[in-house]
Amino acid sequence: MTSTMVEGTPVTAAASLEAVDVAAWFGSSLVIDNVNLRMQPATVTALIGPSGCGKSTFLRVLNRMHEAVPGAQMAGEVLLNGEDIYAPGHRVTSVRQRIGIVFQKPNPFPAMSIADNVTAGLVLTGTRISRHDRETLVEESLTRAGLWNEVKDRLETSGSALSGGQQQRLCIARALANKPDVLLMDEPCSALDPMSTRWIEDTIRELGKTMTIVIVTHNLAQAVRVSQWSAFFLADPGEPGGIVEQGSTDQLFSAPQDPRTADYVSGGFG
Amino acid sequence: MSTSTPETLEPRQSRESRQLDPGFERSDRIFHKASTLIGLSTLVLTGAIGVFLGEQSIPTLSHYGLAFFTGTRWQPEIDKIGIASVLVGTAEVAFVAVCVAFPLAIMFALFISDFAPRRIKSSLISAIDLMAAVPSIIYGLWGFFLLQPKAMDLSRWLSQHFGWFFLFHVDTDPNAAVWQQSRYTSSVFIVGLAVSMMAIPLACAVMRSVFDLTPLGEREAAMALGATRWGVVRTVVLPFAKGGIIGGTMLALGRALGETAAVLVIISPAYGINFHFLEAGGQTVSALIAGNFGNATKAQLSALLTAGFVLFLITLAVNYGAAIVIRRSRSGAATEI
Repeated sequence: MTSTMVEGTPVTAAASLEAVDVAAWFGSSLVIDNVNLRMQPATVTALIGPSGCGKSTFLRVLNRMHEAVPGAQMAGEVLLNGEDIYAPGHRVTSVRQRIGIVFQKPNPFPAMSIADNVTAGLVLTGTRISRHDRETLVEESLTRAGLWNEVKDRLETSGSALSGGQQQRLCIARALANKPDVLLMDEPCSALDPMSTRWIEDTIRELGKTMTIVIVTHNLAQAVRVSQWSAFFLADPGEPGGIVEQGSTDQLFSAPQDPRTADYVSGGFG
Repeated sequence: MSTSTPETLEPRQSRESRQLDPGFERSDRIFHKASTLIGLSTLVLTGAIGVFLGEQSIPTLSHYGLAFFTGTRWQPEIDKIGIASVLVGTAEVAFVAVCVAFPLAIMFALFISDFAPRRIKSSLISAIDLMAAVPSIIYGLWGFFLLQPKAMDLSRWLSQHFGWFFLFHVDTDPNAAVWQQSRYTSSVFIVGLAVSMMAIPLACAVMRSVFDLTPLGEREAAMALGATRWGVVRTVVLPFAKGGIIGGTMLALGRALGETAAVLVIISPAYGINFHFLEAGGQTVSALIAGNFGNATKAQLSALLTAGFVLFLITLAVNYGAAIVIRRSRSGAATEI
């Protein structure tokens, strides 16, 4: 994990992310409660569970996107390398820079070219960069997202002209260009066809060797394919969601301890 | 592809498209007819106004010919009539109004859509909408009695410091110990300020509704990259709403071009093309009509209606242009993923 090289980029030690006793509200309704999860460095952690159990909400708590929703509140701590990202003095903009997120629906900026989409984070955060460094960053980020070969000849064309799967990889490249410590993914493949899904999964596996990744997925097979650690979320009707069981992905899927987990991973419900 | 038989490759001359019956219910048919009728009636009404004005313009246009558009005087008693100076005056008032309304409207709209706390958002919207509901005569009186004494100082300051530029020049000594206040009253500038109050809510409403349509996905994309609120506005909201901003401004321009009551109250009528907009005096088409139709002879009335016809065409063109721009911006072609 220390100073390995990925596509010519020195990567420093991957970051760890830990949620301590996290709860989250929308208005007055408590949607998750008592969530404790340690997301290991350079590991892909999958959050699985049926719809409406708070996985996406939890994911958004992890990089302070939760509070972008009007009326949203949280409690507990989220520690990035041991430091609470909600502590006073931590600016929300820099937290989001350090913990990137890829959303369910691909959302490239339609008015920007492919290259401009990749470097949008730099523009938005007012980071100046030389032209040469910019070209290097674009190539490096697109390569890491597995998109470089498909778009290298049309970097100045609009990002919205790409296919859905390519757009999603462009969004991954855009998040990577910010050099985040952690990458969050909220069902990144649910709007995509199987071929694109396969591409993205390859990308996630490759990135996961050096980066801390947290992925929400409804697709159990996908969780098995890409993740090393899994957490099973569940919400009883009328109750806030929370983690029922967590463990290494192999163990959670082959020998679940909780009968509800066993039921879910064997396709009993959800 | 490979299985197609020779028959299917023949040109399909024998095929005719089938008549498709949408199978409307009776209530649908009635509603369809009624709404078509009402929709058409607005077109007919606008058209009828245009035809009426056009018809009334014939005697004037045939009498004065092109001189009607180039003449600067409005002296029917000596048979000298031309709308060049009032058209310039109308454009000046509209220009001042839009210059003031545009920045204020866009900032109000951005504040409401992106910065205002949610609990005061709806009150702000109603406050702006209320601005549109105030009768224009009230704005006129407000402009004359409250705004003018204050704005005069601004006029003087502008002419003191920028008087070297012809637009800001006032034909009096701005630095005189006892300054000639009457040279700064009832000017195009003060009229424009009052008219801008009526243009703001219109422009603001259009801009705000387009800002609110900005796709959430793109907003979140920018936020997730570490953008500040202003960063989100700059990279996502403003590019998305470009059409709405232009369209809203054009609607405001249309409103400013046609404003009558406020202009009539404030301005002191003066003819002759004068670009010194801080200086007393001026005239607009609509104020000309409103001020003169009461004691006009038949020929003079025709001349006034001809001026109205010209304004009608200009306003129609501006509003139509605005509608096209706004419709394009809402097509969503640029945002669909």
